[in-house]
Amino acid sequence: MLEAQVEPYDRLREKMAGRDRSLREKVMSLEEAGSFVQDGMKVGIGGSTMSRTPMAMIWQLIRQNRKNLSCSRAIVSTDGDLLFGSGVSDHIITSWFAQGILWGLSKVMRHHVEKEGKNYEEWSHMGVGMRFRAGGMGVPFLPMRAMLGSDVLGQRPEAKEIDCPFTGERVLLVPALNPDVALIHVQRCDAYGNAQIDGLQFMDIDLALAADRVILTTERIVSNDQIRRAPDQTKIPFFCVDAVVEVPYGSAPHECFGLYEPMMKHMEAYVKQVNADPIEGMQAYLDKYFHGPKSWNDYLALIGMEELLEASQRGRSIYND
Amino acid sequence: MTEARNYTAAEILPILSARQLRDGMVVFAGVGTPLLAATLAQRLNCPRLTILFEGGVVGAFVEPGKLPPSTNDQRCTRRANMVLGSSDVLLLLQRGYVDLGFMGGAQIDQYGNLNSSFIGDPAAPKTRLPGTGGGNDISSLTNMIVAMKHEKRRFVENVDFITSPGFIRGGTSRRESGLPAGGMFRVITELAVFGFDETTRRMKVLALNPGVTREEVQDNTGFTLDFDDEIAITEPPTETELSVLRELDSERLFIA
Repeated sequence: MLEAQVEPYDRLREKMAGRDRSLREKVMSLEEAGSFVQDGMKVGIGGSTMSRTPMAMIWQLIRQNRKNLSCSRAIVSTDGDLLFGSGVSDHIITSWFAQGILWGLSKVMRHHVEKEGKNYEEWSHMGVGMRFRAGGMGVPFLPMRAMLGSDVLGQRPEAKEIDCPFTGERVLLVPALNPDVALIHVQRCDAYGNAQIDGLQFMDIDLALAADRVILTTERIVSNDQIRRAPDQTKIPFFCVDAVVEVPYGSAPHECFGLYEPMMKHMEAYVKQVNADPIEGMQAYLDKYFHGPKSWNDYLALIGMEELLEASQRGRSIYND
Repeated sequence: MTEARNYTAAEILPILSARQLRDGMVVFAGVGTPLLAATLAQRLNCPRLTILFEGGVVGAFVEPGKLPPSTNDQRCTRRANMVLGSSDVLLLLQRGYVDLGFMGGAQIDQYGNLNSSFIGDPAAPKTRLPGTGGGNDISSLTNMIVAMKHEKRRFVENVDFITSPGFIRGGTSRRESGLPAGGMFRVITELAVFGFDETTRRMKVLALNPGVTREEVQDNTGFTLDFDDEIAITEPPTETELSVLRELDSERLFIA
């Protein structure tokens, strides 16, 4: 078992000092942003389960045929399948890994873990969260009280049990996780990367603060004036962000709060296909939806106008009385 | 379940679970039966029940026919009092704000430990299951109700892997492991309602579901159950409970 690779503080500060944190425009294409991610990197993924998944950026990394990424996310859904199934990642750090509670076990995850030796590194949900938070705070670990006494902890030599120096109570120390790059999808941001998130924020703020670089995809780019009219809505400050990519429906077929719910017909067809044959079924899906389309808009067209409109109708209804 | 009954196993679980909740409680619910049960209780006799979801929701009030497919979907936030980050809502458990945690289970043992990670040896698993999610956090930090299907292969003497701790190896082992708070409170199945002995911390039958015998419960359980001398018989689901439940899950996501 590997010891957790906690960045020494000098190194963390050195890397931060080397970042251009000035107020500058950073709008670019998916292809350009994709070049920030190199083979073997630690990649933090925003959102949770089927919500605000940075699917367009994952789509791009799969098209660019990245290898050996070590990915971390609160909870993974079909994004986890796609990262394993495409060969982009061989290591996923998360707390729950299946397509969704409605569909039982992911045959794709099972195949890659049981037969291909890929690593699903399981932490409790809070464990993942405290690792990102420690990373975002610039401390090497945080104490927590869950996971103790369980076999989840038994599988995680990276975490350390100690007796609290103040009370003598048993506590667990979980190591900071500072991804090389974070992929986060939001409803809107400005060209500098001031990001506003509606609804559930999941672990995205801690993740943005923890990562050495952040690629922000956004449903729309708004003016800096518009951001400044509601600064309380800004959840990620521009200096955390290194790339801004405007990608409408950037979480499809997952949901983006207030804009669209999950595209359930597509999800159900996907689950049926890949669970029937986690290798061929997945390859056919990747060929059709990931490698085939010329652009993200082409991908959306394949999902289909009707499905996008239905998902949008349900998504916007969250604001109805 | 016999033909004569007007409810299914998937329906009696949320109904009996909902009866365990008390008005004014703060409960942390998982998706599926727990969410359905908590929402049902809110509609029936616990209007001031506060539901938390690990996606970051405080005070959920889910709409009939629009049950969220996970606790991280926007539907969870409908009419909520507050949304937080996932870590922050989980930390409310650690601070002690939550009266009860509420989840489903794949495999449980005599001490109420739950396994949702591995069938077989974790180093070479026969089946890699989805994992803990917030289950470990909830069961480590508060009192738990688990609602699950009653099958021999799911009720085992010792789970292959403790994903979410119950009373670990019984007695005081939970506290000694660093978990002084919380523990398994009730297990609800289509056959019976279970509690845990105060000293040994082994599972025992508190009440049989209508029409279910002791033998039936024991035959479907992979370890020897304790029975109190006086075993109660649970009241069958009422028409009101059934009709509200069916209205809540009119899409039949979870009670199909």
